[in-house]
Amino acid sequence: MKTATIGPAGSRVSFRSQGWITVVVVVAGLLGAWVLLNAVIGGRCDQTCVVGSLAQALRLATPIAFAAFCGVMCERAGVVDIGIEGKMLMSAMTCYAINLFGFQLLRDSMGAEAAGSFSRILAVCLGAGSALLLALLHAVVSIRFKVDQIISGTVINILAIGVTGFMYRAFLAENLPAGPGTFPIISIPVLADLPIVGPILFQQKPLTYVMLLLAFLVQYVLFFTPWGLRTRAVGEHPRAADTLGINVFRVRYVNVLAGGLIAGLGGAWFTLEAVDVFNPLMTNGLGFIGLAAMIFGKWTPFGALAGALIFGLGSSVTSTVSIFRPDIPSQIPQMLPYILTIIVLTGVVGRAIPPAADGQPYEK
Amino acid sequence: MTPALQAIGITRRFPGVLANDRVDFELERGQIHALLGENGAGKSTLMNILYGLCQPDSGEIRVNGRPVKIASPHDAIAQGIGMVHQHFMLAPPLTVAENIMLGQELKAGPTRVLGGLAVLDRRTASRRIRELSHQYGLDVDPDACVKDLPVGAQQRVEIVKALYSAADILILDEPTAVLTPQEADELFVIMRGLAKQGKSIVFITHKLREVFAVSDRISVMRAGQMVGSLAPAEATREKLAEMMVGRKVILAIDKAPAHPRQPLLEVEALRVADDRQHMSVDGVSFHVRAGEILGVAGVQGNGQTELAEALTGLRKAVSGHIRMGGRDVTRATTRHLIESGVAHVPEDRQKHGLVLSFSVRDNLVLCAYYKPPCARGIALQFPIIEEHARNLVRLFDVRTPGTATPVGSLSGGNQQKVIVARELSRLLSHQADPAGPPPILIASQPTRGLDVGSIEFIHRQLIQARDQGAAVLLISAELDEIMTLSDRIAVMYKGRILDTLDAATATREHLGLLMAGVLRGDDAGEHAQPAQQITHGDVKAS
Repeated sequence: MKTATIGPAGSRVSFRSQGWITVVVVVAGLLGAWVLLNAVIGGRCDQTCVVGSLAQALRLATPIAFAAFCGVMCERAGVVDIGIEGKMLMSAMTCYAINLFGFQLLRDSMGAEAAGSFSRILAVCLGAGSALLLALLHAVVSIRFKVDQIISGTVINILAIGVTGFMYRAFLAENLPAGPGTFPIISIPVLADLPIVGPILFQQKPLTYVMLLLAFLVQYVLFFTPWGLRTRAVGEHPRAADTLGINVFRVRYVNVLAGGLIAGLGGAWFTLEAVDVFNPLMTNGLGFIGLAAMIFGKWTPFGALAGALIFGLGSSVTSTVSIFRPDIPSQIPQMLPYILTIIVLTGVVGRAIPPAADGQPYEK
Repeated sequence: MTPALQAIGITRRFPGVLANDRVDFELERGQIHALLGENGAGKSTLMNILYGLCQPDSGEIRVNGRPVKIASPHDAIAQGIGMVHQHFMLAPPLTVAENIMLGQELKAGPTRVLGGLAVLDRRTASRRIRELSHQYGLDVDPDACVKDLPVGAQQRVEIVKALYSAADILILDEPTAVLTPQEADELFVIMRGLAKQGKSIVFITHKLREVFAVSDRISVMRAGQMVGSLAPAEATREKLAEMMVGRKVILAIDKAPAHPRQPLLEVEALRVADDRQHMSVDGVSFHVRAGEILGVAGVQGNGQTELAEALTGLRKAVSGHIRMGGRDVTRATTRHLIESGVAHVPEDRQKHGLVLSFSVRDNLVLCAYYKPPCARGIALQFPIIEEHARNLVRLFDVRTPGTATPVGSLSGGNQQKVIVARELSRLLSHQADPAGPPPILIASQPTRGLDVGSIEFIHRQLIQARDQGAAVLLISAELDEIMTLSDRIAVMYKGRILDTLDAATATREHLGLLMAGVLRGDDAGEHAQPAQQITHGDVKAS
């Protein structure tokens, strides 16, 4: 095992020691948040309240984390993706529509229960597929035609707002039949009964589990596989990768498309896990907050997950406060995660350096 | 014996240029074959064709006698051809091992079925890299991050990368352009070792000294054509230079004796800190008189960069004084210095000398655009700027399609000529006015990476500036350049000037000793530490 080395010349602070600093910061932040919360609501946050807040934090972190993973996949390959918001919105709308109308078609032949499960899963697949189409558009425009990636991403966002808004008014606003509802909570046997940890981690809805697994999967792919090595090389120095016979365009296409699928899963969360309705603009900027989480996590999946959890916790604390102290404007506790981000980004973790070729079209 | 690599009748046309015109090239096994030529002679195009980075319009390539088609670097690697590019093809945040195995990653045992998503076998890769570096005497640590390594070590990584892909034929594209003379000598030892073990090497360069130091055969290209190929024994520097340039080149510059007058630039006990707050100029005093060239010799990284930056206002001095024409300018801003007569040819021409995306004519007025006659009020006077550019392009022989061409698309030599034109033209205009500011020229590495023709031209310009009464401070890592041009030579070592010699009596050996920190005579022991420690302080990560 390699141990933390801080050489006499300070040449290299190992990843491990940085990891410890991060853990300490996170724990201190959590404790601070708890103390502050108790002070605000008059010491009424007992164990149940803490566990409930943390479980909700994980729930609310789910779409942010999906967005952040999408960002990590794209930007590690050198493609900036600010169209995550649009992809999530498109997927949320598609999921809701497929879930609702799929259920109507299948209910008579399969029975309500089976039709519900089936339509929800079909909805996730097609929702992710709709985000994939937008990702393909982004990929073709920004990789093949070398359009500025910020502009391409903005186009995707505006397109998604237009399409979903139109679909909503045309089909999803009124006179809707009864739908099958959102995914049920799945309790993992045995683990769900553990004290404290059980209710937080193992009594969640399926997409939250998928998000947690995906954190490990993306971390594995990026840092332990040939594909990940190629991705990082393409994001840092595409010409170097090219001279070694690596197809830069192919690597970028695949990563942007994979990111699209991931963002699609994030979109599914809104209408298949959070609430059983679709509203225009319901993603509410979480795609952009996912990008902030990605930067916070220095373009690593685990770091991005940590960032997403901080934002999730912020939202969850906000709702706790608003229950106990309805007299405090909700905007004030809502500031908490952003203030924390600024503090962490400026001082403790150090400056975040994006991949060197991030946002630059590759010209052969 | 069949040659390891053969190019027959390679022709490649770019819009407006015939980059390669029926070029023949032959590389024997175990040979170090130097390919000489000025910038734009077509050397890089030929090598890019051999490495599959671009396709010939016609011609044939043979590897070990067999005709092959090289459509991409992938094909070249498969044929055993490896290339070390002039600008390193390494991703700085990745480790040495990651950079080397990129493109041919080893996969660990049973996970191999996952293809691109298998587990990387870093351990075996590291072991192979260690074996290779041991076998060929290339000191490389597979676990270090590339960005922590000095330039010389990064180049070794590039060579190991080529060897790792089982290359038998190595193409080194201007490998010494970024190296100090010491690092270059180390590279030559490595190249010899590689050739002895059967590797064939194409060595692209335009430095004549290096050709004689290392090659078994010399080919010369000019204007897209192969001019000739000869053994080092048949060649002389003059002959090669003539083949490269196409006319007689005077390598030894004739210069009249200097007629120095009053000191224009005086530096007293100057101390300057580098970015890490290390005192890299540590109590330096000297003066440069009107009508002389003071050369500052020294291994790179001994404070020359910081000295030049302090003299041009780019870096604030910690203590000490700088006087120009008798006035104290230690705390002056860069613009103030420019207006008080300092011309500066910076060390890094692309970063500090030019705005690459700007046109030639805009770059030529970077020091003067804000005042008459270039500007009247807030309006730029385009006809005047254009005329100014036309004059300078003609006067300084800048080879450019037009004055509106972006400077970034010119060759290195022509980029440097643009800088020299801008800076020297200001000096000339000062000299016309006896009451004007004192003409001082600070030239850092003015010919680094340039071809013979451009070097000759810029050397002449420096001498001419001197003869017209400018005080010239020439900072260069090329000892030859210092010795040819200077009237006096100061040697910098670890932030101090060890000694200042008269150029007429200075010898190479004496200067070399001073550059290594050795003073002759009584106090020799005090500075006896070898200078190599500075340049080769490789960061070793444990």
